[in-house]
Amino acid sequence: MFRPVLSKLFLGLLMGVTLASEPASAEVNDAALMSARPAKLLSEYGLFSDAAHQAPAEGVLPYTLINPLFTDYAHKFRFVYVPKGRKARYDNTEVMRFPVGTVLVKTFAYPADFRVPEENIQIIETRLLIHQERGWNAWAYVWDDAQGDAVLKVAGKTLPVSWIDEAGAEQSTNYVVPNKNQCKGCHTFDKAFTPIGPKARNLNRDFKYASGSANQLDHWASLGLLQGAPASAEAPKAPDVTDAGASLDGRARAYLDINCAHCHRLEGPASTSGLFLTAGEDNKTTWGYKKRPVAAGRGSGGLAYDIMPGEPDNSILVYRLNSVDPGVMMPEVGRTIVHDEGVALLKEWIASIE
Amino acid sequence: MKKRLLALCATFFVAFSVPAFAQGTVISIEPGDGVQEALQEALILAEPGSVIELAAGRYDFTGPLSLDIANITVRGAGMNETVLSFTNQTTGSEGLLITAGGARIESLAVEDTPGDGIKAKGVDTVTFKDVRVEWTRGPHAENGAYGLYPVESKNVLIDGCVVKGASDAGIYVGQSQQIIVRNSRAELNVAGIEIENSYFADVYDNVATHNTGGILVFDLPNLPQMGGHSVKVFRNTVVANDTPNFAPPGNVVATVPMGTGIMIMANREVEVFENDLSDNASTNILLVAYPRDYNDPTYNPLPRAVYVHDNKHGRAGFAPDKAVKDIIAPITGLPVPQVVWDGAVDGFWSAFFGPDAEDAIYIREPMGTTFANLQMVKDMILPWGASPDFDIDDYDGSVPSREPVSLPQDQ
Repeated sequence: MFRPVLSKLFLGLLMGVTLASEPASAEVNDAALMSARPAKLLSEYGLFSDAAHQAPAEGVLPYTLINPLFTDYAHKFRFVYVPKGRKARYDNTEVMRFPVGTVLVKTFAYPADFRVPEENIQIIETRLLIHQERGWNAWAYVWDDAQGDAVLKVAGKTLPVSWIDEAGAEQSTNYVVPNKNQCKGCHTFDKAFTPIGPKARNLNRDFKYASGSANQLDHWASLGLLQGAPASAEAPKAPDVTDAGASLDGRARAYLDINCAHCHRLEGPASTSGLFLTAGEDNKTTWGYKKRPVAAGRGSGGLAYDIMPGEPDNSILVYRLNSVDPGVMMPEVGRTIVHDEGVALLKEWIASIE
Repeated sequence: MKKRLLALCATFFVAFSVPAFAQGTVISIEPGDGVQEALQEALILAEPGSVIELAAGRYDFTGPLSLDIANITVRGAGMNETVLSFTNQTTGSEGLLITAGGARIESLAVEDTPGDGIKAKGVDTVTFKDVRVEWTRGPHAENGAYGLYPVESKNVLIDGCVVKGASDAGIYVGQSQQIIVRNSRAELNVAGIEIENSYFADVYDNVATHNTGGILVFDLPNLPQMGGHSVKVFRNTVVANDTPNFAPPGNVVATVPMGTGIMIMANREVEVFENDLSDNASTNILLVAYPRDYNDPTYNPLPRAVYVHDNKHGRAGFAPDKAVKDIIAPITGLPVPQVVWDGAVDGFWSAFFGPDAEDAIYIREPMGTTFANLQMVKDMILPWGASPDFDIDDYDGSVPSREPVSLPQDQ
């Protein structure tokens, strides 16, 4: 379930689009995107030529990440739109410096059966991160049952979802669409609203474009969408957390990096904890090694340290990732069920730490 | 959602009666179905400076609330009249999260959150006035950690509030600066009021009773803001803190002995005066170093420049708990004195001759107050050990009182 099936999924959808009888109008509505008032319907932005099949409009580029943030096993479709003539500036460590007018689009969906992920996909929500003159703004659009369009939800929503997992077992949960403030709960960097995912180390992988497979950083640069980027071979690259051939330490730190470090860093919402989980953090205590909890309350589970070397079951980190109790669980938002594979990875890692 | 509620949320009318927000609007919310969405929507869409009024009644929430618009007042009809219940909360690690400055929360109650009650993170200017946060089943390890929880904030005012049942601290101000906690009541928490890793805090005219520990002033290592200093704790009533410690182990408050009145750990420039202390079974006032191992070269684990004076002492130390029972009572005998300093100092010289004047511990309490300096460091240095110093007069002296904390929202 860890394995990204998105590119495959996307290709499947593209095929769906080519079969569709008439491509809808496919022009991005920049004025709607730059308006202080969000559009009521997702379709008003013109980001898709066929939204129900997640086929993007012209100029809206699909992308994927080496390691996705875990969101209740939802499958995700990601797109970036940069207005014609503008460029993002490359950053080696943090998120690309996207120009005003940029939109990052993320759609969350559940195939009815994860063993055939291209079929019977229920689209739940599409989140937009829009870079407006006054900074980034976030809106969530929840899809109607007919999958015709998605409606703005400012205050969030809880939706029952169910699927059959890759092992054939029935799964279900109450999926939580975040409200605007909860979006900010993770997307804050030095008090400013900021994207999380599109960092060089997480984008540096191939993607199957309609024109053929290419490295995303190279492709973005060749499209003129990104300036200042080194050749992808020179750019940092996170290990794939599912790649058993990569180092355990690298994978575990990459997992923490994408799932935790947007909050757990000095510039993030969990700065107060002093537990910083960016992949580059090299102070042992700071990344949790025998670090005592500060304001964990019952989140400590009665344990003394965030990471107790060699003892995953005596580590607060594992305890909190393994919980769905709102007073205990981490992350605080974005999941309602336990990410078993993630917990297994971290347990294996902590067991290996001396 | 009920039509009535939609109409209510949409009812924006100008309020001429609120001088602080003369140009703001008032948004009225009433309890009922869909109130989670109605209130959250109001909290997101309100114009800066607006007042959100919550009518009397009981509000049930299944998820958290959050406020990220500047200068918003959320006002109920009274701490027993407007009750925000989170008994059925299934998501979110606090009841209400505030991330915008100028917030004022007033005259309402937050009950039974699985996590923290109300948290304010990284804000400039936040006021809690006549707010109650309570876990209604009483002390329980499964209660949320903090009741009122401003952190990394500045200009924090907590006035006339009541917090009961927190499994860590009822009123907890962490990594903040310019703080007033007054006229409030902390009861049945592990720590009643805790000021941690903070600068410039005045804690006065509060009642802390039936907690494990009444009022704590702490500084912890490995945090973005360390070196807690400039804290005044005065005119508080700190009596009968007699609830067994129910904090989950691992947290530092889990080590607080039952019956600790006021505890100062690893801070400098702390003044403790004119408090009324009695029936605290471990001790009334405890001055100690951070007791655990740490690896943070910038951290100072000692209490320094502490001035304790003119407190009124009743019965104390008659049934010590935890470290006071295991380490202190064997040295001092029973009852444990009303004021205890562990005598942990920085280095050899200080162990024998006392800390430098600017770091000294001064005690000037009413005649008859019992005291012990445990001389822990001297005891470790000397092969034959050191006995405690019970002579309170050895610590006589005074430090000028710092100017009161002055907050922009409290003029």
